[in-house]
Amino acid sequence: MAYEGLQTETAKFRGHNGDMSEGYFARPARSGKVGGIVVIHGAGGWDEWVCEVARKFAHHGFAAISPNFYVRFGEGSPDDVAARARPTGGASDAEVMGDVLGAAAFLRAQANVNGKIGVIGFCSGGRATYMAACTIPNLQAAVDCWGGSVVVNDPATLTAKRPVAPIDLSANITAPMLGLFGNDDMNPSRADVDKIEATLKRLGKSYEFHRYDGAGHNFLNYNGPGYRLQQAQDGWKRVMAFYGKHLSDPSGTR
Amino acid sequence: MCSYIVMKAALRDSSAKGSKGWMSVDTANVYYDHPFHAPLDHALGIDFINEAAGGRERVAVELSAESARELIKQIEAALANGEREHAIAVAANNTPVANCEYLT
Repeated sequence: MAYEGLQTETAKFRGHNGDMSEGYFARPARSGKVGGIVVIHGAGGWDEWVCEVARKFAHHGFAAISPNFYVRFGEGSPDDVAARARPTGGASDAEVMGDVLGAAAFLRAQANVNGKIGVIGFCSGGRATYMAACTIPNLQAAVDCWGGSVVVNDPATLTAKRPVAPIDLSANITAPMLGLFGNDDMNPSRADVDKIEATLKRLGKSYEFHRYDGAGHNFLNYNGPGYRLQQAQDGWKRVMAFYGKHLSDPSGTR
Repeated sequence: MCSYIVMKAALRDSSAKGSKGWMSVDTANVYYDHPFHAPLDHALGIDFINEAAGGRERVAVELSAESARELIKQIEAALANGEREHAIAVAANNTPVANCEYLT
């Protein structure tokens, strides 16, 4: 087999409210049209791992962009920017959805993208992925990785920046959804995932959930203690198969 | 928990030393969330910043919950010891000549 040659760059695009945003953009160097993926980081910010995820998708034959959803909090190392964002409540749902929309438009404007766009997010980015599936039209696939607070058990935790529980918007979902969850996670808890699954089932949505024993939060990320090798291997296999099914172009290689 | 819940401690007459040297700090942002560096799923984070100056620079720590509780105990102990010693010195009229005789 031959490994994919990749092209990567930090790209500019217009996001929420026409703001100039940026994202780490990775795609296969070969010719041919491929599916596009928007990678949504969590509360920890636009860090090295989330850019590695974009490269991983490019390696597997997709064009992926990982936007900096903290672009409005200024320059700096990812942890310092995240520390600046945290006390303000982070990026608002409106900003994140606007930036995802802008990133999807950026991908669709690329000559080698087939027009099919998926989203994936981790932790609070998983919540944003769920919300994107509910609010952004014309997405072809959504992958929620342990998105917390999709179910809001205490309405007092809703804020001006995150004013609604994503689960309450589930009726609007059109894209098929893949969910990866650790059974030892506290947010989302098993009960939360049960509730999400029951909601999607009741609404007749297309979904595929994989719930792993021996794993909690963040089990795909080898930079933290939550990493679980076997669960991560299976999880990535599910993600690539899901995107291959829903983002592939019948006339292209992907 | 990715909750964005931050407790803010107002600081007065306080300083912290970071990579650029000493700076005045007026706020400690305290939270319990996924750490950036500590090998834990959750850690107690404290960011010492000067919010009045924009809060762009910080001096940060990430502590395990057990370590944070131990730190609280030792901060309380250090304050109690220091304030008791200070009170004794004041009660003894805080005579600097006597205290500093060895310097002469």
